[in-house]
Amino acid sequence: MADPEPFDDLPPEERPTPESTTLSPIRPVPTLAEVTRLVRPTTLAAEQVLPVLPALVDLVPDGLRRGSSLGISGPGARSLTMALMARATSVGSWATVVGDPDLGMVAAAEAGVALERLAVVAPPEPTAWGDVVAALVGSIDLVVVAPHHRVGAATVRRLMARARERGSVLIRIGDGPWPERFDLTLAVVDTSWEGHGDGNGRLQLRRVEVLATGRRASFRESRVVMMLPSPDGSPAPLKQSDSG
Amino acid sequence: MTEPVRTLVVHCPDWPLTALGVAPSDPVVVFTAGRVVAASVAARAVGVVEGQSRRPAQAMCPEAIVLERDEVLEARRFEPVAAALSDITPWVEVQRPGTCAFGVRGPFRLFGSEESLVGSTTATAMEALDDTLGTGAHPGCRIGVADGPFAAGLASRFAAGNALVVPTGGTPAFLAPLPVEALERPDLADVLVRLGLTTLGSLAGLPVTDVAGRFGSEGLVAQRLAAGLDGRQLHVVNQPPDLAVGMDMDPPVDRIEQVAFAARSLAELFQDALAQRGLACTCVAVEAETGHGERLVRRWRDEGPIGAVALVDQVRWQLEGWLHDSPAVRPSSGLVRLDLIPEEVVKAGSRQVGFWGGTTAADERAGRALSKVAVMLGPGSVRVPEWRGGRDTAERFALVPFPKEPVDGLVGGSTGLLSPSTDGPPWPGMLPSPAPAAVHSEPIAVEVVDADGRPVLVDGRGVVSSEPAWVFQGSEAGFGVASWVGPWPTDERWWDPLRHRRRASMQVVSDDGMARLLVQEGGCWKVVATYD
Repeated sequence: MADPEPFDDLPPEERPTPESTTLSPIRPVPTLAEVTRLVRPTTLAAEQVLPVLPALVDLVPDGLRRGSSLGISGPGARSLTMALMARATSVGSWATVVGDPDLGMVAAAEAGVALERLAVVAPPEPTAWGDVVAALVGSIDLVVVAPHHRVGAATVRRLMARARERGSVLIRIGDGPWPERFDLTLAVVDTSWEGHGDGNGRLQLRRVEVLATGRRASFRESRVVMMLPSPDGSPAPLKQSDSG
Repeated sequence: MTEPVRTLVVHCPDWPLTALGVAPSDPVVVFTAGRVVAASVAARAVGVVEGQSRRPAQAMCPEAIVLERDEVLEARRFEPVAAALSDITPWVEVQRPGTCAFGVRGPFRLFGSEESLVGSTTATAMEALDDTLGTGAHPGCRIGVADGPFAAGLASRFAAGNALVVPTGGTPAFLAPLPVEALERPDLADVLVRLGLTTLGSLAGLPVTDVAGRFGSEGLVAQRLAAGLDGRQLHVVNQPPDLAVGMDMDPPVDRIEQVAFAARSLAELFQDALAQRGLACTCVAVEAETGHGERLVRRWRDEGPIGAVALVDQVRWQLEGWLHDSPAVRPSSGLVRLDLIPEEVVKAGSRQVGFWGGTTAADERAGRALSKVAVMLGPGSVRVPEWRGGRDTAERFALVPFPKEPVDGLVGGSTGLLSPSTDGPPWPGMLPSPAPAAVHSEPIAVEVVDADGRPVLVDGRGVVSSEPAWVFQGSEAGFGVASWVGPWPTDERWWDPLRHRRRASMQVVSDDGMARLLVQEGGCWKVVATYD
């Protein structure tokens, strides 16, 4: 029986030519810097960010870092979450909300969320919660969770490892306990509605103060005052003249 | 999702051969680009099949006469048939030369029964074929009637005698035993057969989420077709009229080359107008008018968006047939006007049978992940918003279960997502922006009392009995009212005793700064939404 050709299974253009199998002695030796440049992945998942609306630039100056976790709490947490989702969904990212069936779709649309890329998942049983969120993290860019139970530390570490690997952002709404520290915590600390009096007018805008605290040493704690929502429903920066 | 439309398809078998004037008994093979596109009965009898390449076909049937396909001639010869069928209904759609379709509902009223409609259609088509090609020089036509154009097309293909009428509701049973190759998606059919799913019925029987997870959007579309749920509309007339383009021709043109030249620039205009709105056209009406007021309208449909080049071809085919017809039918003067009217448009970048109209990798990946979760948690657990309209913040968007039925992606259709601020009709009495960020799926019953503990009520004139001071939820502690606005009474559907709703809404800000939307209906207050 004849020996099979070694590259029989390759298409003709991929079969090595006899010349290329011999070593060429005059090939230039690359420098170490060149090798480093060649073997480095073009972009690390963690280097990429999801964009945010201009109104939120003061709060998250670099956008939502992929692979990070956010905790959003305080009155107006839902509005703030919608505002964070708005820009990313309108440029093609998907967002999913797990465990908050009451999220107002009209408000989301007014905040600028592209509803065609938003899905709402019913609250799963505590035992299935980790698997459900893990199925979403990695395929969906923005995964918003509002767990109704105490989430285990192992589950969260597994989710965050997956999020870092696949470039998703995990956002948790609510004030309850969370076993890990968030990369970024946004807390609405002060709110006041305007545009109404006793019996007349209507709710027009809400002035909020958001406190942002980060885990990284480079992150400076910041307080931002903004309109959330502004009279047309979208988040807007508060002009200097309005803040007095 | 629209119901399948009862459709009649007229199919002339082996039209590429018939149009070339080939009798069924002659061994003839028609090629285009080196592949068999049609073979006569005699050639098929010795094993020539469509799609074969030239050499094996000639080896099997060496005596065969080999002809090149002539699509212009096919279209020209078919034009009289389509014109004759327009006497039955004006909504005849030419799917391709040799096959046309129309909805049964309209002409059904005229003919009274499907049998007489099929009879008249056959007689009309046969008469037109006899006139065009000569009696006996054609194999006649087959007629299929079923729910949906897909099933009707297959019925016409499989009609044993002259016609096959699938009874209303019997379409799934008719489709079930047919092979998956009938979907005309060779790659998908190949995989399905290897998985052991050889018939349309076996594909239709699979769980929707499994099909979505394994085959994505294409699989869902195929499954719906296989289950007889072909929601494609035959024609949609509520299109924005400003997308139609037309041109006047002065002096009148009577040569087909000139018409085609004019059509080319018109087709580009047409495509530009659609592209600016992010749309593509899948069904176009070509309307031509002569100096003496004669008009010819013909509808062309394609599975996918019709490109500019295909559009020019269609104009050319249609008008060539007309201009070269017998003197009795031929227009008596040159063309003075040509119009291209989009009858059905879809979002560009998606096929007509799209999946949220999205085709990016992120959309497919998200669709798969959500399907997986839907399988884990059971049907209805994953939902996506759908624009419905309404005055109530809870009504304006409905959350519909995912996987959604594949939508036609028709702009302005009930399934298209429209931005609420720009495209929705006005709803007088709607609460203005901003909308509440949390809309409670189960409103919370509360008691609203004034400073003296008396319940606050809204009377028929929309006036509160006293100023609200406290809101209590059952026996639990409530919250103090810092300020309040309203009430705004709404009286909805007062003409309908069953769905009549009379309500008064009020915005209440509690002393901790949280605003809520309270609604009084039938004397009871409920918190329906929170401005979280």
